[in-house]
Amino acid sequence: MRVMLTGNAAAAWGARLSGIEYLPAFPITPQTEIIETIAKWVDFGEFNCRVVMLDSEHSMVTAAGAAATTGVRTFTATSSQGLLYGMEMLYTVAGWRAPFVLVNVSRGLASPITLEPDHNDILAARDCGFLQLHCATCQEVVDCILLAYRLAEDSRVRLPVIVNLDGFYLSFTREPVKLPSAQEVAGFLPPFDPQNQGFRAGAPCSQAVAVLGGTAYSYFRYQSHLAALNAETVFTESAALFSETFGRSYQAVESYRCDDAEVVFVMMGSFATKAKAAVDRLRSAGQTVGLLRPLLLRPFPAEAFRRALAGKQGVAIIDQNLSPGFGGILHAELAANLYGHSGCNPVLVSFIGGLGGRDISPEEFFEMVKTTREAIASGSTPPPRLLYTREEFREMKKWQAIALHHSTGEKQI
Amino acid sequence: MTETRFKTLKDLPSDHLLGTGTAMCAGCGGLELLHEVYDILGEKTVFINAAGCMTLLTVYPFTPFRGSWLYTAMASAPAGAQGVRDALDILLASGRMTAAEDLQTVVLTGDGSAYGMGLSATSGAIERGLDFLYICYDNEGYGNTGQQTSGATPHGAGTATNKGSLGFPGYKKDLFAIWAAHHPVYVATVIGAEPLDLARKVELAMHLTGPRLILGLAPCPTGWGYDPEETVKLGKLAVQTGVWPLKEFRDGKVVHTKVPKKRLPIEDYLKRQGRFAHLFVPERNETVLREIQAKIDVYWSAVESLGPDDG
Repeated sequence: MRVMLTGNAAAAWGARLSGIEYLPAFPITPQTEIIETIAKWVDFGEFNCRVVMLDSEHSMVTAAGAAATTGVRTFTATSSQGLLYGMEMLYTVAGWRAPFVLVNVSRGLASPITLEPDHNDILAARDCGFLQLHCATCQEVVDCILLAYRLAEDSRVRLPVIVNLDGFYLSFTREPVKLPSAQEVAGFLPPFDPQNQGFRAGAPCSQAVAVLGGTAYSYFRYQSHLAALNAETVFTESAALFSETFGRSYQAVESYRCDDAEVVFVMMGSFATKAKAAVDRLRSAGQTVGLLRPLLLRPFPAEAFRRALAGKQGVAIIDQNLSPGFGGILHAELAANLYGHSGCNPVLVSFIGGLGGRDISPEEFFEMVKTTREAIASGSTPPPRLLYTREEFREMKKWQAIALHHSTGEKQI
Repeated sequence: MTETRFKTLKDLPSDHLLGTGTAMCAGCGGLELLHEVYDILGEKTVFINAAGCMTLLTVYPFTPFRGSWLYTAMASAPAGAQGVRDALDILLASGRMTAAEDLQTVVLTGDGSAYGMGLSATSGAIERGLDFLYICYDNEGYGNTGQQTSGATPHGAGTATNKGSLGFPGYKKDLFAIWAAHHPVYVATVIGAEPLDLARKVELAMHLTGPRLILGLAPCPTGWGYDPEETVKLGKLAVQTGVWPLKEFRDGKVVHTKVPKKRLPIEDYLKRQGRFAHLFVPERNETVLREIQAKIDVYWSAVESLGPDDG
């Protein structure tokens, strides 16, 4: 069935097709449509699931983890401030090895408080132990949720998964989406098997107990890491089965026109579709460029990146996030991944763009290739570039004048 | 349920279910309380714990519980109970679990979580009518970190963060009233030193459905500054002086279950504890002592004017 769906509706459908049984929920823009959509289906008898409104995202993530460790298929969703409000529990339930799926609809973090997307929220959760899948289209939102349950529930993994989609650009944008039938999904995603997790009389179980000292602590932490690494193999296997079942193929790192490319863009999320369009334009202008987009960010697809970047001259990494005092997070991850691997040492140029939903124009992609080529020629990596146009700067100055006028009562602007 | 199986002390369980050798301090009033509660609740339980002293009951690879356990975090044990209870209900409804395998969902926290950080999650669980039993061991401070002032610290008590001559200048929060204002199915105060009263309340609570609180004062030798052998004595004094009224809330009414016939002066309770020593030496702080006594007297005169069953 092919339908027009927003990213949020696609997320709700992904959860419904996955046969979720439990949805602990809390509203936040731009995620709210997901929980409203599912709650409406439940209220009108179209779908059987228990929906419970919690008092906060902290409680919501706790309830989600507790239900998954008790043995039911669980789904939840949040955004931005909500993800950070629940942060303590993201780490906690990942340590419980609670296999469930959380959709994050990316939105810039306060301060200043805002609504439109960037990736500082989801990257703040980078080290919490959840696996991460990053969507670029509404179709991917449905598909990644199905994939995420297979990853989470695999006995080699048993970790929660965040499926990320960008606020507004995906959450509120309608795109054509192919929805698989329940029978097709049944062939891909078997019912949840709680394995050794659960609570019942006659089979007492202590979960999430304290440990004292580094020996036990390190052991359990290492186990989570090794399980996350296993998820790359499980992703490859699941993607192959997905392709067989549904006819759509996914790679841990999507490669677009990279084979002969000299300069490669690296981006994640829906803004990578802007880079894709820019690659086509740059190619028309005679520039041999390509794009790599990690769909899987945790576990980090280290081998896939190294294979794709072997022999490349330059990489322009566009981070839709900012680590103040350092620069771009993806840039740092890629540099660490490539360092010391002979035959794979392109010049890495870091750009910060798309913060709070700021657009990245085609001209800027041209400019980034130019900057990257200059770096290749000089052999030195420039400091991170903050994308901002002269026109934006003028606009900002106007607003500042208004703000100043109101705060000081001065007549002149 | 009107008939109790606990008519005299001899009716209390002689089999003790909670294992020994835990990391709790000698004379821990919270552990005393938990032993008594667990003997009655039994092993068909899943304890959902928030950060506090009792978190250290279950340290890998040991547990004193015969039933199940899930540690959450300081603020969200009731939300953990929500997830567990809902999941158990889903498993029951779909036939993946039998009724015989079902468990009581029990939240276990100290006062730091119950009176403070966990209040939002608690309030939400009550408003949703969650079927759970909340056990709070109230040692009137953040005991596990060395007795800093919490929302349960009484007026005038010295704590690790109120070491001055006045002690804590604020007043203990009324958690019983906060719960009762939500109209849950049951709220009761207990103390380990009155095991018969405690047993009857736990017995009643475990057979009700909905949000239920058992709020126990937990004398704390290390935090309150007294010899561990005094725990039971102090517990009895807390009741006899009237500073810890034993009562329950049910069907919209408050009933006092043990009214001291002639209340002892509060000094008898205070002067045995190091946390109140500054009220007696180097000189008596008559103002604060009178204020503490007056608050207790006002409470009980209100109870007496309404009759013990409607305070």
